[in-house]
Amino acid sequence: MLSGFPALSGLDLEIAQREVALLRGPNGAGKSTVLRLCAGLVPLESGTASVLGHDVEGDVVSVRRKVGILGHQTNLYEDLTVADNLKFWSSAARAPKVDLASVMDRVGLERRLGDVRVGSLSAGQRRRTAMAVLVARRPRLWLLDEPHAGLDQAGRDLLDGLVAEAVQVGVTVVMASHDHDRALAIATCVVDLAGGMNLAQVKSPESPTHASSTPGNPTGVDTAQPSSGPSSGPSTGPVPRRAPASSPVERSR
Amino acid sequence: MTAIPPVDAPGAPAHTGSTATRYLGFVVAGGLALLVALGLFISPPSIEQGDATRIMYIHVPSATTMYYGFGLAGFASAMYLWKKTEFWDLLAGAAAEVGLVFCGLALATGSIWGKPTWGSYWQWDARLTSTLLLFVLFSGYLAVRALQMDTAVRAKRAAFVALFAMIDLPIVHYSVDWWRSLHQEPTLARRDPEIDGMLLFSLMTGMLVFALLFTWLLIHRFRVEFLARRHETKGLADAIATRRAEVHLDQSHRSPDVLDASTGAMETTP
Amino acid sequence: MLTDARLVAGKDLRLEFRSRVTTTQVLPFVVAIVLLFGFAFEPDADLLVEVTPGLFWMTVLFASMLSIQRSFGIESADGVRDGLRLSGMNPSGIFLGKAAAVFVQLIAVEVVLGFTVTILYGAPIDGLGVLIVTALAATAALAGAGTMFGVLAAGLHGRETLLPLLFLPAVAPVLIAASQAHGLALAGDSGSGLRWSALLALFAVVYVSFGALAFGPLLEES
Repeated sequence: MLSGFPALSGLDLEIAQREVALLRGPNGAGKSTVLRLCAGLVPLESGTASVLGHDVEGDVVSVRRKVGILGHQTNLYEDLTVADNLKFWSSAARAPKVDLASVMDRVGLERRLGDVRVGSLSAGQRRRTAMAVLVARRPRLWLLDEPHAGLDQAGRDLLDGLVAEAVQVGVTVVMASHDHDRALAIATCVVDLAGGMNLAQVKSPESPTHASSTPGNPTGVDTAQPSSGPSSGPSTGPVPRRAPASSPVERSR
Repeated sequence: MTAIPPVDAPGAPAHTGSTATRYLGFVVAGGLALLVALGLFISPPSIEQGDATRIMYIHVPSATTMYYGFGLAGFASAMYLWKKTEFWDLLAGAAAEVGLVFCGLALATGSIWGKPTWGSYWQWDARLTSTLLLFVLFSGYLAVRALQMDTAVRAKRAAFVALFAMIDLPIVHYSVDWWRSLHQEPTLARRDPEIDGMLLFSLMTGMLVFALLFTWLLIHRFRVEFLARRHETKGLADAIATRRAEVHLDQSHRSPDVLDASTGAMETTP
Repeated sequence: MLTDARLVAGKDLRLEFRSRVTTTQVLPFVVAIVLLFGFAFEPDADLLVEVTPGLFWMTVLFASMLSIQRSFGIESADGVRDGLRLSGMNPSGIFLGKAAAVFVQLIAVEVVLGFTVTILYGAPIDGLGVLIVTALAATAALAGAGTMFGVLAAGLHGRETLLPLLFLPAVAPVLIAASQAHGLALAGDSGSGLRWSALLALFAVVYVSFGALAFGPLLEES
């Protein structure tokens, strides 16, 4: 609830490991809230949620240690340098000692920027620093809120690369993005949100043509089979879910 | 706490009174009348301070009632942090507020007593000073309760402030006492060497009556706040329904071909 | 918990070192107050020496307000608070770290304040031992209570004004005890002074313990 207004109203969702899930929906549909819920930052009014095997309500500290968020805010201390921030945040997460140089190279930040105050950096550079922090912390679940926004072409490519690498090592990614083309290219399943609940969830095979065939099924109707266009890839069973009145908010891995 | 129907239900209460509080109210009113009689007329003036002591019949009960109120607020705050139910939060708030009223009363009467006794309205007496500090502390607590934010979050924060105030209470008393004990002065706690039976009786009556008065005020204050909250958050279901309605709005904007043709063609051109 | 505390304290102090808010803002503020009190009471040497303990500690209280505001001000920018919650650090550890950083900054302020008061008011420096013990205990108490109220009230929009209202009455006992100890030390009565210091140490333990417990729940949800 946000000041007495429910941000999510009946969510029934399940995402498996190593998936790259894309959250879609109009502004105000609750995408950011879903991400924050996965991070254990949002209180549950009713239902259950478990992330990475930990119950969000009971064991939120464990959840948080293994989760990394990249959002509109950079979560960086402006008065500290890039190096300071990297060291602090990775130590806080008890991540293995970070090799500053290699992380900065990975996100395309020049080495000399290591000793520059974050406040003096450009917006794009700050974004990259935030990405560096995310990478350095080594979380098992990545939560990306509009990650492509504010990045140039190179930055967006970089991000996609990071996501791909991460999935290779067993990371799960949940992302909310308006940049549909790019996001759909890397997503392995799509969740449509509106009015604070998900309407449908479809595993999309790699081919971009299938991206447009996700159905928008209104509430209360039973498990509808989504219309699937010509599928060239392996038939991936879609997982649409009903969204009844106050269903358990469930997200398990 | 018996269940109260929602504000707009047909059986909703129009006021915070009930049979119990009416009885209680009568008893309190009677008790206050008795106290006035005892205090002003029947009991004798004190040997040392003359008629000025009569204000003690209000001052002492006010002070003890204030402690009930703050103590209850502290207890309810702890319970809230444990149980997290709205009841305890409301109780803490109501108790603190009513307690604060009696605190103010204790301060005022103490000050008034001071004029004839010390010659001035304030003398940095240990008790009075601690009480004033308590007044400020709990004003701070009420200030936190007045913040505009999510009810549950605010309740939690207020509870911690109240608990801190409770823990600080003995610290405050002890330090102020020690501080003032270095300078001997007539304190308010000084009592007559021979306590007249009638004096004691009046004092006891006063404490009892004030305790009942506190309870009566507490119940009403609690109910007022309860109803105010119900009014604000008019049901989670309503809010959820509104939120869901957004879906249909979105849907109808996105895919007009879904609409039933028989209900009239959707004019795509204005 | 202690690792987290050390980490956070280090971060806060490093931040202070880079931004230099204490040195450029709080120290001059403190000197200004000493000066202004001199104006308010006229440079009556005897009077100023007599009120030095009280004025000293009142000034420390005001300075601690600034320190606390700053300590949480840095946490209000750009989602850093979320970052702290997400970091998985033990909240009590975060509390101790922040309180420790405030403690260090306040001690620095007190040293400068001590010099200023000695020079401007001509206050003697007797009983230095008691003074130091008093200062350590009192500052610990202030840092503890302040950090607790800080997470509740400071650094967030529209709530900065709440901090003084909550903090100052709550630490009134610290003011009483510290001024008494300070005064007694200057007067040469170390024994009594130390009794007040012991009381201050007790306050410190209580405030810090309470803060460590309360910080976790209070950090949740701004």
